[in-house]
Amino acid sequence: MAKPKVATTSLAGCFGCHMSLLDIDDRILKLVELIDFDKSPINDIKKFTGRCAVGLIEGGCCNEENVRVLQDFRNHCAILISVGDCATMGGIPALRNNIPLQECYDEAYKNGPSVHNPSGQIPNDPELPLLLDKVFPCHEVVKIDYHLPGCPPPADTLWEALVALLTDKPVDLPYTLIKYD
Amino acid sequence: MSDTITFTIDGVEIQGRRGQTILEAADDAGVYIPRLCAFKDLSPYGACRVCTVMANGRPQAACTQPIAEGMVVENDTEQLKKVRRDIVEMLFVEGNHFCMFCEKSGNCELQAMAYRLGIAAPKYPYLNPKREVDASHPDILVDHNRCILCARCVRASKDLDGKNVFQFIGRGPHKKVGVNAEANLSDTNADVTDKALDVCPVGALLRKRVGYAVPVGKRLYDLEPIGSDIEAKRAGQEK
Ligand code: SF4
Ligand code: FES
Repeated sequence: MAKPKVATTSLAGCFGCHMSLLDIDDRILKLVELIDFDKSPINDIKKFTGRCAVGLIEGGCCNEENVRVLQDFRNHCAILISVGDCATMGGIPALRNNIPLQECYDEAYKNGPSVHNPSGQIPNDPELPLLLDKVFPCHEVVKIDYHLPGCPPPADTLWEALVALLTDKPVDLPYTLIKYD
Repeated sequence: MSDTITFTIDGVEIQGRRGQTILEAADDAGVYIPRLCAFKDLSPYGACRVCTVMANGRPQAACTQPIAEGMVVENDTEQLKKVRRDIVEMLFVEGNHFCMFCEKSGNCELQAMAYRLGIAAPKYPYLNPKREVDASHPDILVDHNRCILCARCVRASKDLDGKNVFQFIGRGPHKKVGVNAEANLSDTNADVTDKALDVCPVGALLRKRVGYAVPVGKRLYDLEPIGSDIEAKRAGQEK
């Protein structure tokens, strides 16, 4: 029987959650016995090759590309998991949520203390995804099946949740593995 | 007339003293009722409703409702857990609670309550309100982003410190803790030794330069859920 496939992505995140996944150490050998990675920065596969059992989403949605990728994951994955505080509540990027977008641009590209930009231009290439007016947690954009908060969630949290899902057991994590920091 | 009052919580017979609230009697008996605005040494306030129980079939705040002979209290039921989860989730989305860098994380009662109630993420949309930080005082920080309007600081400043540093101003979504001065905390008689600073359940009132002293894993709620100390009392009594 073919192994179930797992896809992962980092939206508006810092890759810390992916680092935490690598932190399962030698259990990664057991993991690749259980699953194959599909689209993921871990193997650099850019496009889905088919349906996946589980999708792990790091980061929330700060721009239109994040939204497209998240919708693509929802369409390809049976179970979608928000991994980390950015995915579950917006995280550090969401600190801009009560600041008007124009003020954010001005601070980043014109007025910031370390900015040198005499022309005062704000990057506007069509290649660049447009920013959303605020940063959204994933479940405010698509349906999310499980939330694993943490900044990042401990490797044990990711491991226990994945193993439970892949072996058809309930995801019932102990008190010490669901934390917001 | 005897001062002992017998009632039940979730079918377990409890003896309390006349004049006690449901919450006080439950604490003494080693039964934990979740709460956020209630605090020992402070007068009951009834603001957060996290302590909601069914008393003789009606929803009541356990921290303000006195016990009565034969009263039937429900506490640990699915229905009430849902009510409490909803309240705590609303508190999370109506403020700006960034646990990942908050000094209070691990010792925060709001966060610990969410852990205990099994909240992985709130179901309500985040409001991301614009709130202020008052860092004017040399030793004390007020971060309104994290305030849950429990009034513990208001009560403690008045009743324990004999001052009147904090008061609520505004109504509805504009309600906030104000300081008793023209503008900033630095203009009040607030002092770093004030008891008002010890009672804030969240990271809204902090002493400066003492954060992150306790490593992750050793903080108050890292290993055991909030309320475990109270429940341990009952386990002791049963032995
Ligand atoms: S500052 Fe703290 S103690 Fe005061 S009302 Fe807000 S949450 Fe309660
Ligand atoms: S603890 Fe009773 S209303 Fe807040």
